[in-house]
Amino acid sequence: MATAKSAKKSNTSKEELLEHYREMLLIRRFEEKAGQLYGMGLIGGFCHLYIGQEAVVVGLEAAAEEGDKRVTSYRDHGHMLACGMDPKGVMAELTGREGGYSKGKGGSMHMFSTEKHFYGGHGIVGAQVPIGAGLAFADKYLGNDRVTFTYFGDGAANQGQVAETYNMAELWDLPVIFVIENNQYAMGTSMKRATKSPSLWERGAAYGIEGEEVDGMDVLAVKAAGEKAIAHCRAGKGPYILEMKTYRYRGHSMSDPAKYRTREEVQKMRDEKDPIEHVRDLLIQGKHASEDDLKAVDKEIKQIVNDAADFARESPEPALDELWTDIYA
Amino acid sequence: MPHMTMIEAIRDAHDIAMDRDERVVVFGEDVGFFGGVFRCTAGLQKKYGATRCFDTPISELGIVGTAIGMAANDMRPVVEVQFADYMYPAYDQLVSEAARLRYRSAGEFTCPIVVRMPTGGGIFGAQTHSQSPEALFTHVAGLKTVVPSTPADAKGLLLAAIEDPDPVIFLEPKRIYNGPFDGHHDRPLVGWKKHELGEVPEGHTPVPLGKAALRAEGDDLTIVTYGTMVHVALGVVAGAGLSADVIDLRTLVPLDIDAVVASVKRTGRCLVLHEATLTSGFGAELAAQVQEACFYHLEAPVKRVAGWDTPYPHAGEWDYFPGPERLLRNIEALLEA
Ligand SMILES: Cc1ncc(C[n+]2csc(CCOP(=O)(O)OP(=O)(O)O)c2C)c(N)n1
Ligand SMILES: [Mg+2]
Repeated sequence: MATAKSAKKSNTSKEELLEHYREMLLIRRFEEKAGQLYGMGLIGGFCHLYIGQEAVVVGLEAAAEEGDKRVTSYRDHGHMLACGMDPKGVMAELTGREGGYSKGKGGSMHMFSTEKHFYGGHGIVGAQVPIGAGLAFADKYLGNDRVTFTYFGDGAANQGQVAETYNMAELWDLPVIFVIENNQYAMGTSMKRATKSPSLWERGAAYGIEGEEVDGMDVLAVKAAGEKAIAHCRAGKGPYILEMKTYRYRGHSMSDPAKYRTREEVQKMRDEKDPIEHVRDLLIQGKHASEDDLKAVDKEIKQIVNDAADFARESPEPALDELWTDIYA
Repeated sequence: MPHMTMIEAIRDAHDIAMDRDERVVVFGEDVGFFGGVFRCTAGLQKKYGATRCFDTPISELGIVGTAIGMAANDMRPVVEVQFADYMYPAYDQLVSEAARLRYRSAGEFTCPIVVRMPTGGGIFGAQTHSQSPEALFTHVAGLKTVVPSTPADAKGLLLAAIEDPDPVIFLEPKRIYNGPFDGHHDRPLVGWKKHELGEVPEGHTPVPLGKAALRAEGDDLTIVTYGTMVHVALGVVAGAGLSADVIDLRTLVPLDIDAVVASVKRTGRCLVLHEATLTSGFGAELAAQVQEACFYHLEAPVKRVAGWDTPYPHAGEWDYFPGPERLLRNIEALLEA
């Protein structure tokens, strides 16, 4: 088991472990709250929760440096929180309010932050992939020693744009890390029903791109893989693919009859592979933290999330003329 | 006659078409095993097997492109693009290949495909789940474009589309899948099962492409519309006690301009209504044709009521949407003009 493996090899500091725990817990509690607000009718439309996949963004953000960029799909709340965007602004975008990152115009799938180098939030499956390569192209062109994390799903991996982007990224040695968040399902279609490729990262070989599979439920393994990929890119060796084996616990969006997998399958993942429980075990077993210490973290996170929800409820709806701005310069 | 939702009617049309013609195959994302996100193909895989109703990877370009090849080789593919907003990767195949195969080969090769797509807003889908891109299809010579507004039409027009020898874009207004939404989002929706327009004839009952339906009759103005907006118009006309013709185009290409012209010549006033953005929307084409054919009968300029010239917003959906209030305001202005 991966859990046992990284427990043994872990020489990660107490502070780092606590930070991973905190960040992953923030995402989970935030998403749970978003689910509640949705149920109360405060959030409408589409809302894709990241619960189960927290270790991917937290591990990679721990490896990233200031100025590195990220771009992802519509399942984007976790990415924004992990790169330091304000939970209030994210939640208020979900509720479609003026205080949201896109002033209520974008919604759950469409948020941006130049300050945190977060380039969206894209609702069209696969669309962010060439954009990620373009971000990396610009960094290389401008002489910035930065990399771009381009996240997409196992389903998106089958979009034609991904193939085109792989070819160009390697052709031009772009500093882009393709992060495939393989949670095994694209809506109701399991990966096995969408491709005969046994693995997704290996497709890169056809274009000359190196890569590897990573236990995406193990934040330490993710971080280590991220560091390796970043070193590859910063050394000017071109793109790198990380296929994160992960799992989403919740439905695809808010209404999902979940006929495509069993309850037992989901429960087994939760019981055996949960990324937060894993770090919790490392903290407790390594005597880095007491139950009380962790309770204090829980409390702090709860407060942040409640504040975000209050803000998202109280922030006014955007004025009508606001909806007519930002169409042209 | 039985009542059906629009979803059931679409399912029924697929079923009948698959039963009648072995060359008909149905595919798309989550269409087979799951039966479609809106359940329009539920049960087909079970009945006809996975060789005739199947899932695809998320590859819109590939879905439409392979359908074109199948059609050129004597099959009758009916494909689903999960939301019209996802058709853009496939647009090249639709425009450069599907629409032109016949012309380019002087009739040697044809492209009898149907591409079904849920269209339109009113479901809090924001910018990537709410668009009404019909004008992007009507602008392309070689494509036919259909937008039903009732379950019976959805069934009949889909049957006709599948049997049509040319590529047909079949836009399903998702807001009226379950009932005729009249734009009053704060009132409960009456389902099709309880609505007079929810009746659907049994069996093989195609509705010909290119024939509009007159949904209400009156003398003071002509409202020309299609899809969800038919019901918004009917609601406003009934609610305000107006005397108006409400013309439901049913198909945009081919267009039943004769029905529109006959009505406008009688009423002297014309309002064109659609959800899609105003600029270069299909309403512009309608206004131009009405003006050309009815100029000396018009008592006021043709009025267009449409969605805003903005991306579809997440907040303020009911301000963007050309609902009853905006429609009535414009009708009143037109009647006074
Ligand atoms: C071009 C396009 N096609 C289809 C969709 C509908 N859709 C949204 S998410 C999704 C599944 C994507 O699965 P995956 O890439 O594995 O990401 P995950 O949802 O698992 O994070 C589909 C089919 C879309 N948004 N855009
Ligand atoms: Mg997936």
